[in-house]
Amino acid sequence: MNSYSANRLKITLNINSEMYEKEILASDTLLSVLRDKLGLTGAKPGCLNGDCGACTVIIDKRPMKSCMLLAVEAFDTEILTIEGLKDTPIQRAFVEQFAFQCGYCTPGFILICHALLLTDHHPTNEKITTWLSSNICRCTGYQEIENALRSVINSLPLE
Amino acid sequence: MLSYNFDYYQPKSIDEAVGLYQTLKAEEKKPIYYSGGTEIITLGRLNLVKTGAVIDLKGIPECMEYTLHNHQLIIGSALSLNTFEENRLFPLLTLTSKEIADYTSRNKITLGGNICGQIFYREAVLPFLLTDSYVTIAGPNGIRKAAINEIFYCTLQLEEGEFLVQIATEEKFLMAPHLSVKKRKQWDTGYPLITVAALKKDEEIRFAFSGLCPYPFRSKQIETILNNQDLSYKDRISTSFQYLPKPILNDTEGSSGYRMFVLETTLTNIFSVLGGEEK
Repeated sequence: MNSYSANRLKITLNINSEMYEKEILASDTLLSVLRDKLGLTGAKPGCLNGDCGACTVIIDKRPMKSCMLLAVEAFDTEILTIEGLKDTPIQRAFVEQFAFQCGYCTPGFILICHALLLTDHHPTNEKITTWLSSNICRCTGYQEIENALRSVINSLPLE
Repeated sequence: MLSYNFDYYQPKSIDEAVGLYQTLKAEEKKPIYYSGGTEIITLGRLNLVKTGAVIDLKGIPECMEYTLHNHQLIIGSALSLNTFEENRLFPLLTLTSKEIADYTSRNKITLGGNICGQIFYREAVLPFLLTDSYVTIAGPNGIRKAAINEIFYCTLQLEEGEFLVQIATEEKFLMAPHLSVKKRKQWDTGYPLITVAALKKDEEIRFAFSGLCPYPFRSKQIETILNNQDLSYKDRISTSFQYLPKPILNDTEGSSGYRMFVLETTLTNIFSVLGGEEK
């Protein structure tokens, strides 16, 4: 059994292929550990209620809302945050397609797009809508975000 | 971020989880079983749920099972809702669960967490009510099995220290004609208004509802009226309304009158798809 007492505990997290050892509380969310304990501020606190997706990270290739996840639950997983992406096609597409305005939702949107492309190079329209509906852009730049995703999909060879 | 701290345990067996609960209860930790945890974290942040210890069920193999065995589909309570989108052994469950929350959240929300949660909707229970499924429950008195239609009344009626382990659904129901219609007040992604799930078996349509009352339900009395072939569809619907449980929800998502209007049109649509000839 894994057990963690309410006192401070030491945990090792695999984030962006680097191992981070940190003292946390069992009740700390992954979002708060990333931002407040590790200085990885790319995941944004938005609603803190699992609605907006600004805090999205990728865990074992699946998008997850880090405000809805205890950091202890992420033990023994591979965590990817926006800081771990370097010049990927989806990042370039967001720039080329003007897919951000204020930029607050951008890390979350880039990561959910990246996660989708990891699992499916040519998703259906329904799948694109389903995945992108997980995130909210308060500047309402949805069309440009979808255009950015589609531009990457269109650049990939048919399988 | 939660405003208080708690212990976290991830037992590897049912016995370990049940024993932990008893120990932590004796220590006055007010333990809570934790599956997806989204509701505990959300309500915990608002100080609406307070606990000194959470017992995470995701390390228990039985809670993660998803198999067809002896003509039954066995589904572990700690499986995420997206499991059913990726493995479509039970199409009505796929159709219903993929309308809950959003895709990313469904990677975290679990079947048991949704069914045993506090929110009104808990749509994941609807397919199991319609298919006369059986639940396996573990607790201090051991493991027991019960028909979900006998043990789900407003909520899953669990005793102190019990948790939902699995749900078993007979294979004969899995591919039955079905429909699940979720109506929202706004757009495709707004909060739910009502969900009606329907399944056709032996020429009768079964109905289960969410978002109409403060709990999901299936009513045999309403089903009898809705399947009365001596009446027109319109008369069946209006007559059945006399037997709806109370109260009908009346909140910012929709007034009770609006919910009834939406229910009427939704039932009409379901009849047009599953109902066949109208007398």
